[in-house]
Amino acid sequence: MNNWHMLTIVGEDKPGIVAKITYTLYSNNCNLGEASMNRLGGNFTTMLMISSNDDKTKLHDLLAPICETLNLRFHIDDIQGKLHDHHVPTTLITVSGADRSGIVSQVTNTLFENGLDILNLSSDVAGTESKPIYIMQIEGVTNKETSDLERALQPLKENNIDVSVQSIDTLVG
Amino acid sequence: MAVREILCYPDLNLKRISTAVENFDKSLLDFIQDLEDTMSVGPGAVGIAAPQIGNNIRALIVDVSAKKKIKQHGHLILINPEITQWEGLKIGREGCLSIPDYTGNVIRAEKISLSAQNQFSETITFEMEGYEARAVQHEIDHLDGLLFLDRLVSRNNDLFKRKIKT
Repeated sequence: MNNWHMLTIVGEDKPGIVAKITYTLYSNNCNLGEASMNRLGGNFTTMLMISSNDDKTKLHDLLAPICETLNLRFHIDDIQGKLHDHHVPTTLITVSGADRSGIVSQVTNTLFENGLDILNLSSDVAGTESKPIYIMQIEGVTNKETSDLERALQPLKENNIDVSVQSIDTLVG
Repeated sequence: MAVREILCYPDLNLKRISTAVENFDKSLLDFIQDLEDTMSVGPGAVGIAAPQIGNNIRALIVDVSAKKKIKQHGHLILINPEITQWEGLKIGREGCLSIPDYTGNVIRAEKISLSAQNQFSETITFEMEGYEARAVQHEIDHLDGLLFLDRLVSRNNDLFKRKIKT
């Protein structure tokens, strides 16, 4: 199984999606690699690495009926299946505050300009409809000190956005 | 002495409970040297436990001296170690020589009191905290057939900041 694909699925969340999709893949000799599945704003979303002897067109034909039944939209890309290449994050940045546009852009551009490579980013809009709050966590790799990043992110703090930068000291034993 | 093969998950020997060391003889010293040599070639490892090289005895090495600015006791050979007291809980990121290419968040005691023997059968005790205490707990888990995979907590919550109340 040398053909790696990235399967992207989006649709209204309901119980059983993961079980039905993975059963369809398994029963058609597909092997699953790494996956990220999240419920975002009530939507089921997944990005799933699939290894298969079939090409993209055949996989599409395989998944179309089940996705139609479950009312899901999907997309398949050919990819390089680069497993066993995880980067270990050095830094965790937590951002929270009253939700407003531009927080992600400001934070991520500042981090990029200061040499942080983002590995994972997750964010939630919590609070209430009238007073939404935005909470984001970013894990990344950088050679910079946490104090350098904190200094760079200081302008956000002055705009009532809470930002914390912590080093992740991974222990290997 | 020799660098030995590091057993990797899902090797069943990593899930066995190790037995106490009773004979503090030359074969133990030779084995400790092998453990030392194997740890030294591991990628940035701060500890290693006997089961990781296929010997299910209660022996381990911890050495966090490469970490600057932390409280620590240097290079430690710990035989039959026991945590006699612990305090506080904290989440930190761990990896393992026996689980390549994966790291995860694990809850450990923040401070521990440790009793053990050295390689000459002398009783030694320590008060440890932070990174060193975490390393010792990670290695003692190996002696009890546990891996950090058995203790994983969610990656997606803000657990680094939060101290868990006990």
